[in-house]
Amino acid sequence: MRPIVSTGTEPPAAHPRPARGGVRAPTRAAIAAGHLRTDRWWVPPATTAAGLFAFVVYSTWRAFADADYYAAPYVSPFYSPCLAQRCRPMHAGPNWDLFGGWWGISPAIIILVFPLGFRLTCYYYRKAYYRAFWAAPPACAVAEPHRTYTGEARFPLVLQNLHRYFFYAALLVAGVLTYDTVLAFRDPRYHWGHMGLGTVVFLVNIVLIWAYTLSCHSCRHIVGGRLKHFSQHPVRYRMWQFIGRLNARHMQLAWASLASVALADLYVYLLASGVFDDPRFF
Amino acid sequence: MTVVDRQEWDVVVVGAGGAGLRAAIEARERGARTAVICKSLFGKAHTVMAEGGIAAAMGNVNAGDNWQVHFRDTMRGGKFLNQWRMAELHAKEAPDRVWELETWGALFDRTADGRISQRNFGGHEYPRLAHVGDRTGLELIRTLQQKIVALQQEDHRETGDYEARLKVFQECTVTRVLKDGARVSGVFAYARETGRFFVLQAPAVVLATGGIGKSFKVTSNSWEYTGDGHALALLAGAPLVNMEFVQFHPTGMVWPPSVKGILVTESVRGDGGVLRNSDGRRFMFDYVPDVFKDKYAETEDEADRWYDDPDHNRRPPELLPRDEVARAINTEVKEGRGSPHGGVFLDVSTRMPAEVIRRRLPSMYHQFKELADVDITAEPMEVGPTCHYVMGGVAVDSDTAAARGVPGLYAAGEVAGGMHGSNRLGGNSLSDLLVFGRRAGWHAAAYAAGLAERPVVADEQVDTAAAEALRPFSAESGEPDSGPPENPYTLHQELQQTMNDLVGIIRREEEMREALRRLARLRVRARRAGVEGHRQFNPGWHLALDLRNMLLVSECVARSALERTESRGGHTREDHPAMDRAWRRVRLLCTLTDPTGGLAATDPVRGQITLSRETADPVRPDLLALFEKEELVKYLAEEELYG
Amino acid sequence: MSGYEARFQVWRGDREGGGLEDFTVEVNDGEVVLDVIHRLQATQVPDLAVRWNCKAGKCGSCSAEINGRPRLMCMTRMSVFARDETVTVTPLRAFPVVRDLVTDVGFNYTKARQVPAFVPPPGLGPGEYRMFQQDVDRPQEFRKCIECFLCQDTCHVVRDHEENKTVFAGPRFLMRIAELDMHPLDAAAETGLDRKRTAQDEHGLGYCNITKCCTEVCPEGIRITDNALIPLKERAVDRKYDPLVWLGSKIRRRSS
Repeated sequence: MRPIVSTGTEPPAAHPRPARGGVRAPTRAAIAAGHLRTDRWWVPPATTAAGLFAFVVYSTWRAFADADYYAAPYVSPFYSPCLAQRCRPMHAGPNWDLFGGWWGISPAIIILVFPLGFRLTCYYYRKAYYRAFWAAPPACAVAEPHRTYTGEARFPLVLQNLHRYFFYAALLVAGVLTYDTVLAFRDPRYHWGHMGLGTVVFLVNIVLIWAYTLSCHSCRHIVGGRLKHFSQHPVRYRMWQFIGRLNARHMQLAWASLASVALADLYVYLLASGVFDDPRFF
Repeated sequence: MTVVDRQEWDVVVVGAGGAGLRAAIEARERGARTAVICKSLFGKAHTVMAEGGIAAAMGNVNAGDNWQVHFRDTMRGGKFLNQWRMAELHAKEAPDRVWELETWGALFDRTADGRISQRNFGGHEYPRLAHVGDRTGLELIRTLQQKIVALQQEDHRETGDYEARLKVFQECTVTRVLKDGARVSGVFAYARETGRFFVLQAPAVVLATGGIGKSFKVTSNSWEYTGDGHALALLAGAPLVNMEFVQFHPTGMVWPPSVKGILVTESVRGDGGVLRNSDGRRFMFDYVPDVFKDKYAETEDEADRWYDDPDHNRRPPELLPRDEVARAINTEVKEGRGSPHGGVFLDVSTRMPAEVIRRRLPSMYHQFKELADVDITAEPMEVGPTCHYVMGGVAVDSDTAAARGVPGLYAAGEVAGGMHGSNRLGGNSLSDLLVFGRRAGWHAAAYAAGLAERPVVADEQVDTAAAEALRPFSAESGEPDSGPPENPYTLHQELQQTMNDLVGIIRREEEMREALRRLARLRVRARRAGVEGHRQFNPGWHLALDLRNMLLVSECVARSALERTESRGGHTREDHPAMDRAWRRVRLLCTLTDPTGGLAATDPVRGQITLSRETADPVRPDLLALFEKEELVKYLAEEELYG
Repeated sequence: MSGYEARFQVWRGDREGGGLEDFTVEVNDGEVVLDVIHRLQATQVPDLAVRWNCKAGKCGSCSAEINGRPRLMCMTRMSVFARDETVTVTPLRAFPVVRDLVTDVGFNYTKARQVPAFVPPPGLGPGEYRMFQQDVDRPQEFRKCIECFLCQDTCHVVRDHEENKTVFAGPRFLMRIAELDMHPLDAAAETGLDRKRTAQDEHGLGYCNITKCCTEVCPEGIRITDNALIPLKERAVDRKYDPLVWLGSKIRRRSS
């Protein structure tokens, strides 16, 4: 529709402004600032970055330490299952010598790949580290510093789609950690029917690990989300609803289980390195 | 001479709410190249505000329901003033219109056996309203919008152009329906974004512009409701009918001022909410009219038992028809028993546990929480009447939705009059949009296809329309009688105040005469409404142009209301408080006084509108037979009963 | 509480340029930002362009950015700001500006057209549809969308990268695909349309890095990321990244 009344009421003709990107693109409202947020929008990403960084430092130290990870009857979750010959003997497991003697570094590395991969591809952690470490975006409606962006459409980030396979692996690991928790109902001489403070630490940890693992978006999809007709699958519908309620707290569970797994390891470390003895209840 | 872009279409639909979109779909499916023009963005129409549901006698919840019962309820609701053929078509066709929405992707709430769930509503004998929570209107508009897109995708596959046969001109305003002799030849419009004018040449134009609520200060209507279609029809030479009937919904928010008028859904009362005055009294017990005495509870105990046992107790008086409740609230406030902000108290907090309130009335809970900072689970709401709907509108042929006297002009939805008589039942509005939107689109397409020769748009008409639209930019250079330019916002506020105070819910002869005098003065001042800036997205200019329509429509309401010396449905005369059977067959028609379609007639006494009376067609005997004689006696004059 | 004079900064201008202009304007008890914008229009700048309709948070017209955050002006109460705070109102910054607070949201309508419509099931006439509440619950949540386009505005994929607009449908329309894919009677698959696959291949689902800004900004409280985008990603994984499914389709193709 072009034209044309010459009344002096016509809108002015447009002059192109210099080309820049994103919110400063020439067609957008001319505002120089990348954002106009007045709240402390940088607090959440900064907190996330600090929390994740702290965990990475701690877990790297512990994973490569190759020491102080067993204090009967407790095994650190970082080293469970322990799959190399060099593993410390643990009565009734979870050490199975699948890798043999050639594995020369900490056996934690073998198994940590799986929970690490699970968390790295987790939909919540992705949000957290994209925001905190990649600044893509740093916060909502705050301009990001990158010139181009393809998200998870290309290699390597397209591999994030493998999340569900890490979920399957995480189920196995959670199974082993459950086994460890059962073993924690022994005393240091492997007699059954005892509890110490460590048992409680392990119990809390395994509950959080399961809650986090099951609240996973992939899990929600697999148990029922992929269905078109819930009405024809009442049991899976119930499961989907249950997982959905857990899933709504996925973020909280992600942090809680991250903290609890580190605490469980720290507890074992403190016992194994002789800082204190496990208070026994019975 | 003005050079204006012109396009050729078969059918032009003005308005993209429920009726407009349904008309466009129908016209396009019947082969007409169809253009839709709407003032807002596509999908934002006022239809989204509808909460309750779509009334359609599908009988999914109560198998006893059928079109005859629905017809009966509609006629009773309208106090027998309805154009009965419309009410008949509406009741018969509504179920098909709802079912067809499902084939376009609509997702209504379901019954246990998988059918469309239906809910109870005021005035409907059976559960009848197909609904989606309390956002039925949104579902309706979205479904129609997506059906339009589906048709465009079809056209794209065939022609490579999405808009080959169906195009939406969003954010454009029509200021004139153009004519070639007696016949419609197109519309003159401007694009709000650029301010540029354009003409759509088309032999058939469907008006689907909704209502007139923005002429009133307290209204549940959006800014678009400036009576555009009513005014366009008048200016094109078509009459309006029943304009005195304006529905005031009893419960609108009254505080804070910024949200005054926003609707509080009827479901609040249906679910147990009670109305109290500042003395804490449930005053509705004092306002049950004699005709309803045997149907409503006399004590609070009985009323409270009704919610659990409706078969053995009478309904609480809070559930009287909308007009009765609105009048009662009005009286309480006037007599000094109102709430601090000039309403009354609507309380659910003492009636239901907080958790139940949040579950049953989620959007009300949020509306009050977010807009008024009121927690309705802990304290009462303050409510008062709000202008909600106009029953009157373009006088149309019942079957074809064709406007009278102007070949090629059609009207559907709220802009069309007659269907609802003197008072509309909740839920009948959305079904009205669908039934008559479809009929308007169908007959407009058939009319356009049947023409041997297309009407032409004369250049002079375009020039006149352009000059009229540009007038606000040169307001100060005006005429000999002119004063300083007027601020359109100020004029609008004064108009709203006038209509609200003087032609509002309770009407008196002297007040309406005063209203007409004030309207005349406003009309003169409105000719000097001036605007600043240029034509690109200039709301001051848009409002200045809309003022013409609001003034025309307001005058229609005031004149008709002054003429009808009885009280019926949405028209209450303090000086004539009773319903009069002699008035039932009288239809008041408004036409433009100046037959050339100009607006020179600013003479305060004569005004722009001429009123005339006509006698309604007698109701077809087989339809009358659906009622008991004792009931008909209340409404019909002797000669109609035995004639 | 009574009225006070508030300081406002409102962006005024058009495609050519513009900037924030300062205003002092009266604010009364209980008002929202849109009321103040209307007062500016009525008393100081009659040609201030702003889009709005219902003023009750139901139509999604009055989207803008208030103090840098995408919001509906009609649902932002003045009481959330300190009295001495300057309230900054700008148009949506992901879309081309038209004038003042009005932007060209045509991008969204273009994207809406690119999503194939609901495909009615063959053999079922009007009135014969049977669907169950637990099956329609999911798509009904997405149909609460009022198309305010705040999610499209806040999404950094297009907000910060104009070039992605051609390949990325944005949260609102990816959610529309999810809605149709979860519709209990949508028969797209029977016509050979795989919504799960095309979500990834044609509508740019892979560009979404689930940073949840769309969910944060949604005035309807729709859990766009958790309930629409991630489930859609999982459905795309079913189609494209599941080795068993991939192997199965290879074998089937070979044998046929």
